Amino acid sequence: MGIKILTEFIDLPDLNRFEVYRKHGGYEAVEKVLKNDTPDHVLAEVKISNLRGRGGAGFPTGLKWSFIDKSTDKARYLICNADESEPGTFKDRYLMERNPHLLIEGMILASFALGVQQSFIYIRGELFYVLNILEKAISEAYAKGFLGKNILGSGFNLDLYCHPGAGAYICGEETALIESLEGKRGNPRMKPPFPAVSGLYGCPTVVNNVETLASVPWIVKNGGEAYSKIGIGRSTGTKLISACGHLKRPGVYEIELGLPVEEFIYGEEYCQGIRNGNKLKAVVAGGSSVPILPANLILKTAKGEPRLMSYESLQEGGFETGTMLGSGGFIVMDETTCIVKNLWNFTRFYHHESCGQCSPCREGTGWMEKILHRIESGQGKMSDIDLLADVAKNIEGNTICPLGDASAWPVRSTVRHFRTEFEKHLIEKRCPYIK
Amino acid sequence: MESSNTKEIKFSEESLEMVKGLIRRYPEGRQKSALIPVLHIAQAEFDGWLSPAVMDYVASLLDIQPIEVYEVATFYTMFNLTPVGNCVIEVCRTGPCWLNGSDDIIEHLEKKLNIKAGQTTADGMFTLKTVECLAACGNAPVMQVGVKYHEHLTTSKVDQLLDTFRAEGMISHTNPYT
Repeated sequence: MGIKILTEFIDLPDLNRFEVYRKHGGYEAVEKVLKNDTPDHVLAEVKISNLRGRGGAGFPTGLKWSFIDKSTDKARYLICNADESEPGTFKDRYLMERNPHLLIEGMILASFALGVQQSFIYIRGELFYVLNILEKAISEAYAKGFLGKNILGSGFNLDLYCHPGAGAYICGEETALIESLEGKRGNPRMKPPFPAVSGLYGCPTVVNNVETLASVPWIVKNGGEAYSKIGIGRSTGTKLISACGHLKRPGVYEIELGLPVEEFIYGEEYCQGIRNGNKLKAVVAGGSSVPILPANLILKTAKGEPRLMSYESLQEGGFETGTMLGSGGFIVMDETTCIVKNLWNFTRFYHHESCGQCSPCREGTGWMEKILHRIESGQGKMSDIDLLADVAKNIEGNTICPLGDASAWPVRSTVRHFRTEFEKHLIEKRCPYIK
Repeated sequence: MESSNTKEIKFSEESLEMVKGLIRRYPEGRQKSALIPVLHIAQAEFDGWLSPAVMDYVASLLDIQPIEVYEVATFYTMFNLTPVGNCVIEVCRTGPCWLNGSDDIIEHLEKKLNIKAGQTTADGMFTLKTVECLAACGNAPVMQVGVKYHEHLTTSKVDQLLDTFRAEGMISHTNPYT
């Protein structure tokens, strides 16, 4: 097993209790920083670590923090994005449920670095039971002097609250999340201005994913350089991969970035291969939004090199033959899967979740859903395949937020790699997978 | 419609205290931020759905316009805008759950309850809803009842759960803050 930064103690019973977390080195990073370090020092360590946003975009965290507008007297906010809703992704839920104090500690450190005195955890409303676990941990942290006024006598103040959503995938987009936290519909905002300049209540705001913030205590304790040596190339550190679909052993795995995809799918320590002795057909490697790859291209790049679990290796070949690490939502499909029906299902999801602001997304996702439904149910025409790809192409890049792209990429990649399956549906006028 | 509209719309003392506490979490003048949390409590307290009268009451508590509440209540799928049964069953239908047989689970529930997804049983006991990804894909198929997740579903597990809900007189809309 590789190094564990986030999950070393995750199987300990009662890790969600303050004393248990504390006994295993918890809050030592906060003690160290508040006694000896400056906010700039924490920022520098995170920059050196090359930690990248774990929500899906992979943007360097230190750089994001450095954009926060310090030229104003306005309050600054840190928001943890715990709106985990990307199909195939269930890593943040696991982390928060088992180890809530790790996230709280990461948020204290990030708030200190950013000069933030009030921060929020925006958590999807369906996960209210996790919100209650977090709130219990937060009240323990207040009681022990790690939150509130004058933390550990340092003069640093921080309030931390949880805020539930109420069922809207779009609120994982950071400006929609901010709107939602202000008590509004989750409509993404036009950018610029970016949240670092004008975010919550028009104030400078940083939004980071759960896993990103939970990585900060280790970086502060062990140094950014130590973190940067884990992983491969510009993909430093570890990543939580939530594996699901037709696997023998689905679940959340913390992997060192750079692990070969083949080892992750088939290795004894990981997913142990495909269920029922079936063959691997396709993988969506980073949550439903990233391009789907057929078995040959997920295991090896088009150049024939082993594909690795890293930002760069999964992108190798661009959208023609590659994909993205995304959120780490790793969805595996075996040979029994109808890839057209799978795409119809995904597209229905995006249509359901489109906020409706931009017509290419609002209308386009609905058109794609209709076309796919007709192909899957044997009512389609051969020209529907190109029509589908054309609609997707016209959504991509033409919307305020990335939901449009997220709906288009699965469509374009499925048509690219599995065109013959669409044709089979159209020729046979039925789904060949329905016995 | 009966239920919420026939009784006085007013939070219990306990809920009212909770609402005041939630409003205090946000900066002064930003009480609208408490809207979603307060709507969750309102839905739990007023029979599992948000009637116009309940939404107006929430608007008055937060000192905002009723339209601001309607806008939000209609946007988020967890808010029910029509009456529901005592026990709302929400089954995930998205990709990874579908790969693991959520269609069969939904079909089974429709048969057992003799309703379609989106409907409520004649006795008012169950409402069946399909929902999008619940972030529990590794334990698919999955359904949610109240705050609780039920995972690794099979048709026999669903039967057992239904029996239990019936026997216990399950009410899924309880205050989610515990």
